[in-house]
Amino acid sequence: MTAASVPERATARTSPPRSALSRLLARKMALLGMALIVLTVAGAILAPWLTAYEPNTQMFDGLTIEGAPLPPGGAFALGTDLLGRDLLTRILYGARTSLIIGVAANGLALLIGTVVGITAGYFRGWIGSLLMRFTDLMMAFPALLLAICLAAIFQPSLWIVALVIAMVNWVQTARVLYTETTSLATREFIAAERTLGAGNLRILFRHILPHLVPTIIVWGTLGISTTVLLEATLSYLGIGVQPPTPSWGNIIFENQTYFQAAPWLVFLPGAAILMLALAFNLVGDALRDVLDPTQRGRD
Amino acid sequence: MAAYLIRRLIQAVLILLGVSLVTFFLLYLLPADPVRQIAGRSATAQTMQNIREQLGLDQPFVVQYWRYLSGLVHGDLGRSYLQKSEVAVLIWARLPATLLLMAGAIGCELLLGLTMGIIAALRRGSMTDQSLMIVSFVGVSAPQFVVGLLLLYVFAVKLGWFPIGGYGTFGHLVLPSLTLGIVGSGWYSRMMRSSMIEVLRQDYIRTARAKGLARRRVVFRHALPNAILPIIAMIGIDIGIFMGGIVVVESVFGWPGIGQLAWQAIQRIDIPIIMAVTLVSACAIVLGNLLADLVTPFIDPRIRLR
Repeated sequence: MTAASVPERATARTSPPRSALSRLLARKMALLGMALIVLTVAGAILAPWLTAYEPNTQMFDGLTIEGAPLPPGGAFALGTDLLGRDLLTRILYGARTSLIIGVAANGLALLIGTVVGITAGYFRGWIGSLLMRFTDLMMAFPALLLAICLAAIFQPSLWIVALVIAMVNWVQTARVLYTETTSLATREFIAAERTLGAGNLRILFRHILPHLVPTIIVWGTLGISTTVLLEATLSYLGIGVQPPTPSWGNIIFENQTYFQAAPWLVFLPGAAILMLALAFNLVGDALRDVLDPTQRGRD
Repeated sequence: MAAYLIRRLIQAVLILLGVSLVTFFLLYLLPADPVRQIAGRSATAQTMQNIREQLGLDQPFVVQYWRYLSGLVHGDLGRSYLQKSEVAVLIWARLPATLLLMAGAIGCELLLGLTMGIIAALRRGSMTDQSLMIVSFVGVSAPQFVVGLLLLYVFAVKLGWFPIGGYGTFGHLVLPSLTLGIVGSGWYSRMMRSSMIEVLRQDYIRTARAKGLARRRVVFRHALPNAILPIIAMIGIDIGIFMGGIVVVESVFGWPGIGQLAWQAIQRIDIPIIMAVTLVSACAIVLGNLLADLVTPFIDPRIRLR
């Protein structure tokens, strides 16, 4: 520690604690992540106004005379795909798919993870061990392989894909919340509450759950990143969201045979996937630093 | 220690049993019909019925699962529906390629991850540190197939340094390993950085420096051996993530491992192969986790295995 940083730290300690939000906003990486998320959400919502084309219209002037896709630039800002559809339009509408699945699948995974983790951690006993043994079992499954299997078995649609992703993604959350709940449940204030005659439901919702909110927020944010990547991977394999509904993964799936000649068809949607996953990772990581008191002061 | 190992091995067997039961049940619920895949579109109802009886698919779930399980304990993984071969033979033929890829990938992850993590820890707070941490974030946020296709495009198509796909020489191994390595190294570099920072804070490091040892010697001989222990535990857990990733990477690069075998089997509903690959992967994950737990007491002697 250098001499210059000492007084700075000292003042930081004595000043009143700032809110989590302002501490979050003080982080450049978190701001970058939030900016990317806002950009993607705006692109997805405003898609019809941002582009003059329809996502699924195959345009006659969208291909060269030889029938090859057009490169970026010109009338089609990001070029066209193999079927002569505007790539920018498909990427903008594809953001809707990614965000809907990101939020829906991850929300469901978070819900399952929270219910399983808290129930097992609070009630212990045979319910607890049964739930946790099942969680251990799920952890022994290779998540991606299981998702691929499930998605291939069921006829994939947007909601089935979301469901499949939720089925494999709740496990981590359950594990983490289980550990936190077991340590919370043995604390004095819970025992005091119980002595005062509070019922299980009251203890769970009024005393345990509020303590877990920071963890749930952190895992929820990081989980969206995992979900976005998983959806893209399933769609890339052709078992995720089905064309013609655009998704960043299936744009690559549809055009990859041509990728040596038209690399933009693979790398532009690829960059979009990377950007969105990165954004949620940056925000989630910053949230963990801000919300988790045990992490404070470390970097 | 022996008692602990025995208990863990029993647990492992139970988990694998559970995995087999769940997978078998999921495949049993399957809306798509494997018999249709085997018999082809023009098959008569009678042919399909015959095939169904031959494979025992007309039996109730419990009977089917029991048959599978009793085969399994005798080392019999069943016959592939479509490849006219024993599943065990297919898996054995594909396993070396996957293990080679795994070794290459873990090698790349460690090389990239540890280097980045150590440099970041030594230059903590600097621009180098921040840039390296952003790079590792980008790594973990990148979809494997996009990284794979990008490497293929740049190094195989444009520069022609490596073959476009396939298997056989060292050159074939580089790009797929690097793909998995780039994506995985982000976790390692973050872990290595925090572990190194933690170790560099210790008193014995200050002592080593105070007695005038060269910085290089302090870092590599005194700090690194201790800082690297959590990484070994991480490799164990990483194996599980790896088993999912191979399906994608092997299909991008045409790598003839069990990932491709699984992918083909899933598309053609070749149930015995899907079961076997799932079990092999689950085995790898369980063993990886066991490895991670076994090295924990070396990381922190206060932790005893119970």
